[in-house]
Amino acid sequence: MELSSVSYQIAPLGDTAVLVDFGNQIDENINQEVLARAIQLQENLPDVIEVVPAYSSLVIHYDIIKWKKNLAKESLVFDRLKKVIEELLSQSLQIVQTKARQIRIPVCYEAEFAPDMQDLASTNNLTNDEVVSLHLSATYRVYMLGFLPGFCYLGQVNEKIAMPRKPQPHPVVAGSVGIAGRQTGIYPFASPGGWRIIGRTPLKLFDSNAPSPALLSAGDYVQFYSIDGNEFNYIQNSNIFPEGT
Amino acid sequence: MNLRIIKAGVLDTVQDMGRYGWQHLGVNPGGAMDKLSAKVANILAGNDTNEAVIEMHFPASSFFFEQPALIAISGADFSASVNGDEVPMLHPIIVSKYSILQFHKVVTGARAYLAIKGGLDIPGWLNSYSTHLKAGAGGFKGRSLQNDDEVSLKKHSDLCNVIGKKEFIVLPWKADIVWDHDSGEQIYLLEGNEFNKLSGESKDRFLRQTYTITSQSDRMGYQMKGELLYMDANEEVVSSAVNFGTIQLLPGGQLTVLMADHQTTGGYPRLAHVISAHHSKLAQLKPGDTIRFRFVSMSTAEELLVKQHQHLIQLNNASVFRLQQYLNGQN
Repeated sequence: MELSSVSYQIAPLGDTAVLVDFGNQIDENINQEVLARAIQLQENLPDVIEVVPAYSSLVIHYDIIKWKKNLAKESLVFDRLKKVIEELLSQSLQIVQTKARQIRIPVCYEAEFAPDMQDLASTNNLTNDEVVSLHLSATYRVYMLGFLPGFCYLGQVNEKIAMPRKPQPHPVVAGSVGIAGRQTGIYPFASPGGWRIIGRTPLKLFDSNAPSPALLSAGDYVQFYSIDGNEFNYIQNSNIFPEGT
Repeated sequence: MNLRIIKAGVLDTVQDMGRYGWQHLGVNPGGAMDKLSAKVANILAGNDTNEAVIEMHFPASSFFFEQPALIAISGADFSASVNGDEVPMLHPIIVSKYSILQFHKVVTGARAYLAIKGGLDIPGWLNSYSTHLKAGAGGFKGRSLQNDDEVSLKKHSDLCNVIGKKEFIVLPWKADIVWDHDSGEQIYLLEGNEFNKLSGESKDRFLRQTYTITSQSDRMGYQMKGELLYMDANEEVVSSAVNFGTIQLLPGGQLTVLMADHQTTGGYPRLAHVISAHHSKLAQLKPGDTIRFRFVSMSTAEELLVKQHQHLIQLNNASVFRLQQYLNGQN
């Protein structure tokens, strides 16, 4: 597939990072462009510290001291960088379609793991079982990782089970699977959080001892499957790795 | 040779210049809150500026040195002593075997740094020595220092000849850390992407009022107290990457300033970004302190950062030279 450049805006994110915004929305095509452009910019921009892709934007952290060294005293690093970024983004990008990773993730939706299930179900005039089957009915794209190490933002859930996040964050247990708007996601660590928790996975989403510590990457696809409490305990105690295809 | 913690402080962690290259997995850079001071301590101790240092909050730990060591303390002034005798900040200090380093009270600032010549002998995690408390990884066992911890030190720099029978020697040069004479108490900002969505009145208020740093502030971020700010329309921002120094508008109308352990992405409106050259000043503020903001141009922000960098290079050159001269003269 060929990506011609879509519209975007470049703005400073402080004096050592640049935000490239492709349009404040959750859209699979835009996200695909963001991920491809993140790689392109990381590979082609000099003196880049890192590129951080998100839903529909990416941020480039650059080494301002090194950039400054190659510039006339009165020139702004930001202006120069912006120009170089624009040149790169004007090039169309040949995207090699590799088969996206599909990962199956077990979730236990039983009451003790799903503190907000009742609330979400009644708000949406559904039974708990209907919420579960709607959550299981789709394959979700991993749009981005952020917030906490290994926290993945998946989308998008059926509108019938969408619900805004809580006004105040509450303590959330590691492995909790939540819904916020039409996003669904998994908390890799215990943390305060505002997502509506409807289940929990026994899998470890982030393993700091592993060479590649996050289980999921942006661009992967996730299919949840339902397990009961016994299976949850069994998987949690046996360190089973998820099935990838 | 070890550095033993004989009484743990409230939050003392191993830090360096941060862990970059992993934000796409949600791993924030972390690192020292006041990177400038951490670099100064390393420079004085004759280390690479990215060497692991110990970042201390007050009350800070008490340390026991099992071997002589060359150390330096920078950042906040917590009134340091070696074996009970007061020692100055910003000087290289050689301490003898079995010395005890303690900190007694907060004189100025919020975070002090201890650098030790040679550095700490600890494993890195994802190319950094910084402690990631949430992941329980990096630094010393992924956590803050506790009673009876023994932190190995990297090199046994042979300081026995230099120290002789003395308990400690304060080397006779002090780091000049004043590089910015102009900004005073003000914190300089660059405009954020959503600043223009504030109502006209709120824009004025943001720049006019004095903000107080609340007690809910930590290494992740500072919660600011001031009169509330409002946007003309409440627009949702799809989660996007944020930065150290990003000032976000919370739903209630108050502000949060993201600090070293900030989450990698956020969905709150980004009103402004503290310029990098003022991160050090910001990191030395503590709950109860007040600040005022002022917008500056990108060219001021870049110039100040370059100026700060050049100051550090000069400091490093002078320091390397004097330390070499001193140690050669002693042997």
